[in-house]
Order: sequence, then structure tokens, then C-alpha cells
Amino acid sequence: MEKTKVLVPSGVLGLGFDNNAFENGLKLSPDIISIDGGSTDSGPFSLGTGTSKYSRSSIKSEWKRLMIGRAKLNIPLIIGSCGTCGTNNMVDWMEEITIEIANELNQKLKIAKLYSEVSKKDLKKKFKNNQIYQLDPPVRLDKDKIDRMTHIVALAGAEQIQNAIKTNADIILAGRTTDTAIISALPLMKGANIGSSWHGAKVAECGALCTTEPTSGVVMIEFDKNGFVIYPTSKNAKCTPETVSAHMLYENADPFILHEPGGYMDVKKANYKALNKRKVQVNGAKWIKAKNYYVKLEGARIAGYQTSSLILIRDERYVNNVEKWTNKLKKFLCKEINQRMLLRSKDFNIQFRLIGKNATLGSLEKKKSNPNEVGVLCIITAQTQEISIEVSKLINPFLLHYPLTKNEELPTFAFPFSPVHADRGALFEFGLNHKLKLNDPMSIFKIKLSQT
Amino acid sequence: MKTIGSLVRNIRSKNAGPYWVTIDVFCKNKKSFLEISNKLNKDLLSKAFKIKKNKIKTFQIDNLNVFKISFPRSLVQGHMEDRDMHGAQYSLILSEMNV
Repeated sequence: MEKTKVLVPSGVLGLGFDNNAFENGLKLSPDIISIDGGSTDSGPFSLGTGTSKYSRSSIKSEWKRLMIGRAKLNIPLIIGSCGTCGTNNMVDWMEEITIEIANELNQKLKIAKLYSEVSKKDLKKKFKNNQIYQLDPPVRLDKDKIDRMTHIVALAGAEQIQNAIKTNADIILAGRTTDTAIISALPLMKGANIGSSWHGAKVAECGALCTTEPTSGVVMIEFDKNGFVIYPTSKNAKCTPETVSAHMLYENADPFILHEPGGYMDVKKANYKALNKRKVQVNGAKWIKAKNYYVKLEGARIAGYQTSSLILIRDERYVNNVEKWTNKLKKFLCKEINQRMLLRSKDFNIQFRLIGKNATLGSLEKKKSNPNEVGVLCIITAQTQEISIEVSKLINPFLLHYPLTKNEELPTFAFPFSPVHADRGALFEFGLNHKLKLNDPMSIFKIKLSQT
Repeated sequence: MKTIGSLVRNIRSKNAGPYWVTIDVFCKNKKSFLEISNKLNKDLLSKAFKIKKNKIKTFQIDNLNVFKISFPRSLVQGHMEDRDMHGAQYSLILSEMNV
């Protein structure tokens, strides 16, 4: 077989990439340009709301550069997990941006959209039919929990992406996919080594993070029957056996195994060989086909509504006794809230995070610090935004003036903002760590075509 | 007394999906790799991260002199009481630890 060349411009659209490196990549005649658009790094908010964590302007300016590059070579351009979370509305959002750019550039395009969202009704049915399996660590699921989800997505694998590629679309806008499937789909279709197609995809999924110059963004991977060759397209960057093999460690709980729809890849016996100073050849990864076809699920739901307040304490005595102060204050506030608002303790949550002491690590913090000042971040969570605001207003005078001991003048701390409290809106939580069994890989995914 | 951070090349941590955190300890050479792998036993890790011993997975990646530790997050990423959305600061618990 001939080589299948995949150009990966960056780890994720919106993060930026070096334009020269991208132009160099185009000169190497790739067969496809693949980029990821998703991440769960910033937490459940994106999936919960069906919004992108990156700005539309960043997405549009980078996507435009990729669309110009694609048109020069007339090869497919694919993005996975559109709009950070890969919900259906984010696929449509990406299409809207694509059409806007196509009009600006006067490009005539065929667009394929791959939708990955799962309806609550479908999920409940599959839950009832025992098609949903827990992953480790187990997360409890029931009908009510599914009902409270705002968005549920299934992670598409190579099979669904290949169906989108087969439409001969110029641009493929995919909903939630695994990070790797958008890279492995084409080489797998063309008969490249299966284990190595997944292995190469995993190494390249974060762009130039597997090189000596991560910010340059762009890497090229050439797949064939035996394995793959990977190299950066920025002149100064290098791939070495170390940088390439070390990438299996990245954000992966097991450094040798990677589960994908339809099976898993094992790199324990992989060989890494430097072809020159900047190119690495890899082979030896195994693909172990699973008996059944599963796709991973992700889901998010509203867990409450929050407000936050920040108080700055510079008074030395209060700084030195800040734990004692916040413990005493919390006890007092809970009583006041119970009495004044008739709220039960389980209906609200008050947290104090001591910035300068242990706000980051909490009870895992070992260092004893002696700061000049401490920021006390007060976070209120309740069932509605109104209750959360009401609690914040109720506690406001005490945050400002609560004394450490009974017989002392009332202190006054610093508040940097007016109003003191800031509405944080809905708090979302992830609610699925499960996989879904499918008899037909396409059964819950949909492909729609459009033309500009 | 020396800190683990001073004995190794780099320590990094990150979520591996919303339910796991993983820590990579890049050692300077084979000798330090073997020493560190030996020192960072599950008893010590369980105490430092307040995670049950049987939940902790460790891996020795010989060709890279890397010792890897993975465990389920005690709070799922983004939980009301989660303090570190990316899990990137967990690495400091190890790097500042005296051995």
C-alpha cells in the first residue's frame, strides 16, 4: 500500500499553531487534515451548556487558515468534538462558521456533519435494556439521573468517521469523537497497520506536544502496513524516540493501553527508532478487537446554582487565625441562615477557600505558610440562583465585620468588588462514566450533508 | 533531607478524563528511577493523596525512566468541592515531599 499522510495542525482548534509550520506541512502533500475541537479539561460546563470554551473569533480565524490550506490541495479537512463538547448544536455552530468563511473566500464546499448526541429517551431505553455498562470508577445511574442531564454525547470512533469520509465531503464537522479517531480513520480505511494507526493517532492527538517544541503545533504522520513515521513540520522542532514514546503517558491513566470503540490498543511491545534528528519510526503496537462494540458516554447535569464572594484580610491577627475565624464564622452563619431563611442545612452549602493558605490542595496541603494577607473565597451553592443570592446577601455583613472574639471592636475587611457577590450561574456536574453497547456502530450517530 | 522534586527531572500531573488523575515522575537516570520507584510505594502514596491503597495503580516505564501513578479522583472533576479542575497541582504534593 501507499502511505497515508495525516497532517495535524494543533492539539485543539483555538489553541493556535505556527503558520509557517502549517504551510510546510501542506507542501508535504497530506491526504487529510485532522484537528480536534474538544476537551473535558475545563470541566463539565461546556457539555452542560452545549457551548464552546474557546472564543468564536479564535475558532474562526484558525479555521479560516485551515480552510484556505485545504482548498489549495483539495483534500478533506476534519474536526472532531466541535465546540469543545461535541453536542449537536455545536456541530451546527461550526457549520455556521464554515459557511461564513466559505462565503468570504468564495469556496464551494460539500460539508458532512456527524452528530453524536444521545437523547434522554434513547438512553433511558438502553439503560432499561441493560445496554449501558459502568466503567471504573463506578458512577451510579438511574432514570431520574438521566432525566436531569442537559446533554449526553457518545464518543464516535473510526467507523463513524469513515462513513463521513466516504461521503467525499470537503469538510467533516464531527460531534463528540475520541481524540484519536479523527486521525486513525483514514489510514485504517486504506489498510494501514491497525495497532499502529491507533498508536500514531494517540501520539499526534495533541499536535506538537510530542515534539521538542510544543507551541509550534503542527505534526505530520505517515502510516503504512508496518507502522508509522512522525515528525514536526516546524523547522526548529524535533521528534525523538523519547518525546514520541513519552506521549503515551499524557492524560492517560494506563501508559500502555488505550481503549477505543471496538477494542483496545497495547503498545507494550512498540519499537521507536530515530530515522534522523527529527523523524521517528514506530511499529509494534497491537490492536485487540473486542467481542462487542462499545462507545463511551459523557453526560452533564445541573448540580445547583452558585454565588461567590471574595474578602481580603490583611490584619495580621486575623491572618494568623484565619482558620479559626472561618470555622467560627461558618458555624454562626449556618445558624443564622437556618433561622432567618428557614433553610435546612442540606439545602445550601457554604465553602471558604483560604487563598494564600491551602485553597489549591485543601486537606492535602502539607506546607505551613505565613502570608502577609489571605484571600477568603466564599462559595455558596443552593438549589436555585435566588436562594444562592439571598444566602450571599444574608452573610455579607458578617463576612465584612465578624469579630474573632466577643469583646473586641468590630473588624472591617477589604472587599474588591461591588456588589460583593458574583452570580456564578448553574453549577454543572459530570454524571456518566459508562459505555454503551451497539450492534450497529452507526445506530445512534447521524450523518447529514450540506452544500455551500 | 531532600525533596523528591530535587531528585528527579520533572513531575507533572493531569486528569486522565474527568474521573482519574495521573502523575508522571520523570527520573534523571536508571539509578534514580529504581530508587524513586522503590520509595513511592502504595502506603506512602495512599497517605499523601488520601486515596485507598487498592485504588492506586503504578507503572514503571523502563525505557523512559518514568514512574507513573494513577488513581480515581476523590471528587470528580468539576464537583462542587473540587479545587483543581485540571488536576495539575497534585504533582506538587510529590515534588515537595521529603525523602
